[in-house]
Amino acid sequence: MGQIYKPGTKLSSTVCKTQIMALRVPAEELDVSCGGAPMQVGDPAELGEMSGDNAGTLVGKRYTDADETMEFLCTRGGEGTIAIEGYVIDIKAAKKLPSSD
Amino acid sequence: MNIHLLLQMASEAMGHREAILCGDKRMSFEELGEAAKSVAAKVQPGEKVAYLAEGHPAFPAALFGAALAGTPFVSLNYRLSREQLDAQIARVTPAQFITDTDVTGEGMTVSLPETVMQGEPLLGEAPDEDGAVAVELFTSGTTGEPKSAVLRHSNLMAYIFGTVEFMSAEEDEAALLTVPPYHIAGIAAVLSSTYAGRRMVMLPSFTAEGWVALAQKENVTNAFLVPTMLQRIVDAADGSLDLPSLRNIAYGGGKMPRATIEAAMALLPHVNFTNAYGLTETSATICMLGPDAHREAFASDDPAIRRRLSSAGIPIPSIELQVRNEDGDVCGAEETGLVYVRGDQVSGEYKGLGSQLDSDGWFLTKDRGFVDVDGYLFIDGRADDVIVRGGENISPGEIEDVLRSHAAVKDVAAIAVADTEWGEAVGVAIVCPSSVDDAELCELVRANLRSSRVPSVIKRMDELPYNETGKLLRRVIRDSFAQ
Repeated sequence: MGQIYKPGTKLSSTVCKTQIMALRVPAEELDVSCGGAPMQVGDPAELGEMSGDNAGTLVGKRYTDADETMEFLCTRGGEGTIAIEGYVIDIKAAKKLPSSD
Repeated sequence: MNIHLLLQMASEAMGHREAILCGDKRMSFEELGEAAKSVAAKVQPGEKVAYLAEGHPAFPAALFGAALAGTPFVSLNYRLSREQLDAQIARVTPAQFITDTDVTGEGMTVSLPETVMQGEPLLGEAPDEDGAVAVELFTSGTTGEPKSAVLRHSNLMAYIFGTVEFMSAEEDEAALLTVPPYHIAGIAAVLSSTYAGRRMVMLPSFTAEGWVALAQKENVTNAFLVPTMLQRIVDAADGSLDLPSLRNIAYGGGKMPRATIEAAMALLPHVNFTNAYGLTETSATICMLGPDAHREAFASDDPAIRRRLSSAGIPIPSIELQVRNEDGDVCGAEETGLVYVRGDQVSGEYKGLGSQLDSDGWFLTKDRGFVDVDGYLFIDGRADDVIVRGGENISPGEIEDVLRSHAAVKDVAAIAVADTEWGEAVGVAIVCPSSVDDAELCELVRANLRSSRVPSVIKRMDELPYNETGKLLRRVIRDSFAQ
């Protein structure tokens, strides 16, 4: 059951501490999961079981799909791995700008 | 989105890091997070958070605290006259005022910077309301009545996400904050430093000696300066500056004289200089001239490369920029026109006036300038400052640059003066301690530019009027010519 998200929407993992925020999302229904379970708006009352291979998420990193059609910011790290429509999304390489303030 | 997230992430992921040093007060990011919650708890429904004080730990606490409470943060200039201040207070109230000055008025609840950070915290998440306003800042009003620029959470977050990586600062990094809280660069510095995890060392009242001493004592690595501050540091250095920890200086907020940046680069060869060009209405920086471009220009004998030390640089990746002529067509390289920008961080909105963006999202900065063949932007000045002599547009900047090249000229401003024949003509206010006669100055302009650029009036001044963040007050000069 996919949902249409908008930039700024925060999704919490139901199996670990991971929380992500949508920065850029296509206007189409998306299935977002973490640790093998669907992510939800708002933290769950208690955590469920993680499944599949999980490498974890890192706070402050941006995650994007292979075509860079969407971007999420990890606002809280955890042990689960994020997948969209079943495909794992990866850390986007940071473009380093000089400090301007 | 809500800018409070930046502090929340910092306090969760690096809460032990030192966030602030101000005088003898120190605070970690975790403690700053708690202070923001205490500020938020004091905000009554319908109140904004208004900050009217120098740099103090309560400034970042109030900026994030207002966001947590879901209300705009407004920063007022504590150097304004009482009359100007009263006018701005009336535009801000009802508000929770954080101030140590003795002002009272209708709709003001007053807290001291010291005490506002103490007491019961506000519990719960920051609200996430579409299009909510994070910051309202009065523009400097160098050309007229100050306007209240509206910056939404989404604008400021787009700026941070476009320019800063989370926790990218090393543990030993420290930024020296000298720009006042009512300046967009002061707001941007708090947001960037928090997200990067960089310690903020506050210097509430700037002197060159005080800045150097604090930079040495606290092993400061990063600093932002307006051009007048950098000039004072160069002047006070007297040929040598011992700042081995310093790595990065960013500057902006006004036109940097070429001589100042060249002197600073010669004094501090190990430091990376970045010119950050931006406006309040664009949530700070939109173009950057980075350290490599500085060094390349500084080392070059090619005038086209060398002059890039006066360039605002190239747009940051998240910003589009166009220079357009009076017909609205995009200018070619070297052709001067008006600077337009577009991007998520661009608000282009004023209170009571609404959005100034066009239907395609472009914002007219009202700065005039051009780009060179490689896309480097050169800012000429404000469009409002252009002198229109007999239908011909004359940029004050080109006249000023020529006159400044004279060894005896310390400072100069070209402005429009009323002229019965031409409508407007060129007036020049000049600071020139040794005696140089008018004819010599006029000849210098005639030889380098056209005769239409030659000043019709030259007025000697002891110094030119600047505001406290180094912006030349052309309006004051124009008024003095009119008298």
